[in-house]
Amino acid sequence: MNNREIILHTNSVGKYFYDPIKFKAIDDISFDVYKGEFLTLVGKSGSGKSTLLYCLSTMDTAYEGELYIKGEKVTGKKPNELANIRNCTIGFIFQFHYLLPEFSCLMNIMLPALKLNKYTYEEVEQRAYEKMKLLDIEDQALKPASKLSGGQQQRVAIARALINDPAIIMCDEPTGNLDSKNTQIVFEIFNRICHELGQTIIAVTHDLDFAKASDRTIELADGKIISTYENN
Amino acid sequence: MKRKANVEIALTHIVARRKQTFTAALGVTIGVGVYLFMNSLSAGFSKFSRGEIFKNSAHIKIYKNDEICSPFIPNSKQDNVNVIVNPQITTLSKKIIDPENLLNVVKSQSYVTNAISQVYFDAFYNRGKAQIRGTGNGVNIIDYDAMFSTSKYMVAGSINNLQGNLNGIIIGSGIAEKLNLGINENITVSSSFGIVKVMKIVGIFTTGNSLNDQSRSYVNIATAQQFIKEGPSYVSTIFVNTPNADRSGYYAEQLQQLTEYTVEDWQTTSADLLSGDKTRSTLMNSISLSILLMTAFIIYNLLSSTIMQKINDIAILKATGFSGTDVISIFLMEAVIMGLIGTIMGMILGAVLIWMMSGIYMGGPVGYFPISFELSLFIQSFVLGIVITTCAGYFPARNAANVDPVEIFRK
Ligand SMILES: Nc1ncnc2c1ncn2[C@@H]1O[C@H](COP(=O)(O)OP(=O)(O)O)[C@@H](O)[C@H]1O
Ligand SMILES: [Mg+2]
Repeated sequence: MNNREIILHTNSVGKYFYDPIKFKAIDDISFDVYKGEFLTLVGKSGSGKSTLLYCLSTMDTAYEGELYIKGEKVTGKKPNELANIRNCTIGFIFQFHYLLPEFSCLMNIMLPALKLNKYTYEEVEQRAYEKMKLLDIEDQALKPASKLSGGQQQRVAIARALINDPAIIMCDEPTGNLDSKNTQIVFEIFNRICHELGQTIIAVTHDLDFAKASDRTIELADGKIISTYENN
Repeated sequence: MKRKANVEIALTHIVARRKQTFTAALGVTIGVGVYLFMNSLSAGFSKFSRGEIFKNSAHIKIYKNDEICSPFIPNSKQDNVNVIVNPQITTLSKKIIDPENLLNVVKSQSYVTNAISQVYFDAFYNRGKAQIRGTGNGVNIIDYDAMFSTSKYMVAGSINNLQGNLNGIIIGSGIAEKLNLGINENITVSSSFGIVKVMKIVGIFTTGNSLNDQSRSYVNIATAQQFIKEGPSYVSTIFVNTPNADRSGYYAEQLQQLTEYTVEDWQTTSADLLSGDKTRSTLMNSISLSILLMTAFIIYNLLSSTIMQKINDIAILKATGFSGTDVISIFLMEAVIMGLIGTIMGMILGAVLIWMMSGIYMGGPVGYFPISFELSLFIQSFVLGIVITTCAGYFPARNAANVDPVEIFRK
């Protein structure tokens, strides 16, 4: 257990909000996340789960403490460097799917890879179809994103998060908007991603069943880690 | 279909919002079209009035200016009184001494394309009791024609008939009409020096400028010298043409080094005319530029509202690894595409307006409306259209780049 590769590490991360009053939303958060791990963050509403996830995501840079991804310190890097890290190392899945409505599902999935500019257009297309096959949505490829059901849209968003084979996939309430059947599907996909493909998932959830089925659960309260469970 | 991500996004936005794109492009079209049209109008006017100036005035003229004596004449000897006089013109004669030599020196300058000498005299054209006042030009008609294309305006006779014919005269059509005289008929011409000559009309010209046509005549230099009782060394003015009329001020300075006579470029000579010209074109320029700026505002507004509506999309793009620079380039590209479509359509609109205007007959010396297709104005309008829309697009694009995705996702 102890000789696993650490993919993400935080050292005493904290964050204040100043509006309407000065208030510490997360406080002294230190933990490691391992390669191939399916980690869930739980806690009551307002406990600081989302705030923490945004700090981990590199999108929020106004925090104290340090963040390391793949052993590299990302705290203090320039916005363009952070954008690059997000592009190739981190995939995002949100509660509200956030697809680009003018684009087809295929193009929604392809855009981060076209931005990465590592593969040719044909290769990117090929890879997008592979991800869609994994999520069983390849028949939706050419439909506009806005014409899909909620569950399908969330799967397109997952495919988009996976397109650049990121080391870490971060999710904020990924099943919050889904029925139990779709939640089950997403859960199975997450398990495959971690255990078959070796990618890491950090998911914020308030669904305790979902959390129990993950590898490890960190519980927050008032911005602090109050407990960590290994779910086996 | 193999595009970079930013291009793909910009084009998709443009196509998905074709109505707005079209509206913005139409705004640019009108702005650029009107700008091009108004500037062509103004350029046409300037060209026309410059043409009028150059009909009987060259780029540079050399003449003897009036000299005014110094009002204070100090005495060199200590005990003598100083003299104070009223300042007055002391020029005895306005003649240029040794014009032949000066003309040759001027002609030998590399930047002089053509130079001629001229003798003016006040002329009275008589027939019976009828008399018209005017100006006689003593010229070498072949050289003069080379500079002013007089032969283009001949309606009867030919300029060649004047060459070497000391008794011949070419008169304006206004004189011929008023005195009811035709080609090969005789006309009595007298000067303010009391010289009277009966001359043969060997040609009649019409320039369209009634003032010119009713007063001007051409005779040989020797004839003109006789009219003012001067010898063959008398010349009133030397006209000089240069390769570039706009640089004649500089060339005039060069020529001034060679002679003590006054060297004056046409811009100085026609300063009042040109200042009217300048006022008009400044006016036109500022009006058309304001219209173009309004266009910029349309683009700015449209892009700003697009960005407000697309704030979620911008957040997701930034979350998935698009940098601020990428976001700027996406929206800037959209502005440039709208600007490009609008500018090209605007140039077509401008061209149509110019073409329609050039078909309108104004009558008088103007003839058809003096407007034409100027490549430089098309280039200017194109560049300005693109630059202005790009600038107008830059500010909303920069706002888009500053969108904080976390703020959007928290909602
Ligand atoms: N932009 C903000 N300004 C001020 N306070 C905020 C802001 N965002 C979140 N908070 C506060 O921070 C705390 C943690 O919020 P959040 O991380 O969204 O909780 P969770 O996701 O666990 O429900 C809450 O008390 C919330 O009110
Ligand atoms: Mg939350």
